[in-house]
Amino acid sequence: MTFHAENKGPLPNSSPAMMDVLCPMHAVLDATGHVVHAGPTLAKVFGSMPLVGLRFAELFEVKRPQTDGSMRMLLALAGVKLHLRLRSAQRTDLKGVVVPLAPGAAPAGGALIDLSFGISVVEAVRDYDLTSSDFAATDLAVEMLYLVEAKTAAMEASHKLNLRLQGAMIAAEEKAYTDTLTGLRNRRALDYVLERLAEAEQDFALIHLDLDYFKAVNDSMGHAAGDHVLCEVARIMVEETRSDDTVARVGGDEFVIVLKRLTDAGRVHDIAARLIARLSQPIPFADRICTISASAGSVLSCVHAHPDMERLMLEADTALYVAKDRGRGRHVPYSPDLGQACDRRSTAGCSAVGADAISTGPGPEDRAASKELDGDE
Amino acid sequence: MHGLINRAIERFVRDTYGRDVWGAVMRRAGLDYTEFESMLTYEEHVTHDVLGAVASVLERPLQDVLEDIGTYLVSHPNVEALRRLLRFGGPTFTEFLHSLDDLPARARLAVPDLILPDLELRDHGSGRFSANCRGGVPGFGHVIVGLLRALADDYGALAMLEHKGGRDGLEIIEIRLLEVEHASGRSFELGVGVAK
Repeated sequence: MTFHAENKGPLPNSSPAMMDVLCPMHAVLDATGHVVHAGPTLAKVFGSMPLVGLRFAELFEVKRPQTDGSMRMLLALAGVKLHLRLRSAQRTDLKGVVVPLAPGAAPAGGALIDLSFGISVVEAVRDYDLTSSDFAATDLAVEMLYLVEAKTAAMEASHKLNLRLQGAMIAAEEKAYTDTLTGLRNRRALDYVLERLAEAEQDFALIHLDLDYFKAVNDSMGHAAGDHVLCEVARIMVEETRSDDTVARVGGDEFVIVLKRLTDAGRVHDIAARLIARLSQPIPFADRICTISASAGSVLSCVHAHPDMERLMLEADTALYVAKDRGRGRHVPYSPDLGQACDRRSTAGCSAVGADAISTGPGPEDRAASKELDGDE
Repeated sequence: MHGLINRAIERFVRDTYGRDVWGAVMRRAGLDYTEFESMLTYEEHVTHDVLGAVASVLERPLQDVLEDIGTYLVSHPNVEALRRLLRFGGPTFTEFLHSLDDLPARARLAVPDLILPDLELRDHGSGRFSANCRGGVPGFGHVIVGLLRALADDYGALAMLEHKGGRDGLEIIEIRLLEVEHASGRSFELGVGVAK
């Protein structure tokens, strides 16, 4: 903060030494726009490069208001907030204001420009290795730096809390969407998945699957056996589907499988048939064997221009009932005539669904009928 | 009490004595969780219970523990962010002392619901000061003693600090500045904290 250029007081009643304390980022320009004095912080920003004698316009670019940076233009902008940029590697943005020197003050026709880093102070402090003594005692720059750092630390703590809460939320949601016995999705999850698919207008196939003879296993071998069978069934269904498909347990022995992007009835039938074949394999429990099978009805979302989830579920349901009615252990894809058939049958006393409760197993006629029907499909 | 305060106690115990000791402290305090969350608020008695549990598990007087917490907050690398925020108080230890009155306001500026006890510095001349600490957790003055002692070191100043006791919620700390710069201290660059 030493003062070399004697007799060059920029303003009456003030000296460069005073200005260096009050405005360490100021510069005094002569009538031709050349720097005759630079405040200590401004000098520090330019490092080893001596500023005195250089033209202001060579050092700074005035971005706004638009000007050629000439002294005449600068003086015309006296008192106006200037947006400047340093013509250096860092290209630091600065704010500034020009004040013409008072008449009689040296250099005649000169001006004083005071500069500030404005919002770029955070980078500037780092880039130019500034310390608190580089700012005027009244400057809020250091307080601003404090605030930036304090807020960053506080935000970090909040962010950590958010992550933890998010983790807890996901775990809770996962729990709310999971069937506790089998680990499959539950009815709530299924509704959610179907809603999302409807929103995204994404095609999918829906298989409604109901276990055959499960009640018999449960009744004759006990709940532990029943639970074991359900877990095995779940495992098989997960194995037979892709990871982004949804397998949901929606009732005691009732399941819904959502096969994403599937539009081919043949593929759906293959998957359903393979599932039923695997589910019909004997399942060992303790030293006994549980034998069940499964019936399935399916529907493709792509057959409707605007698939309505309730309707699709109803259609898959109808197909499932027909599969049960036709002797179980089979898959029936939905077709519009099924609905009519079922309507006719139900008025005529069709009660294939409830039959599971009293059925004990497929008889030979059933097997034969099922082969026949499969051949029809 | 603000979670930041409870979390500071937790960090102090864990970083100084290890997780097992911290687990024992939380059990002794009768709490069924093991971690404090900085950005949540806890009931007042929790801080009191935990501090009591720390003292009894460590078998040390509470005021010594409080002083160590203050020292920890300035000197441990795990809480470097806080040291930096404190160093914004001024470029020298003397200036920092004069910024003590602003400390609660500075804390509120960062975390609006963090209420620290009021601090008031009195300058008695020739390097003698006293700081009045009012409100907050009883014994908070001991934390300030530890904190100021570590900060004096951090600035490279030689200072004697003494807790002169307290009554009616007011605690008085005596500060004697022997040498403003007896050692180089630790560096503090303004622009480092947000460089990440």
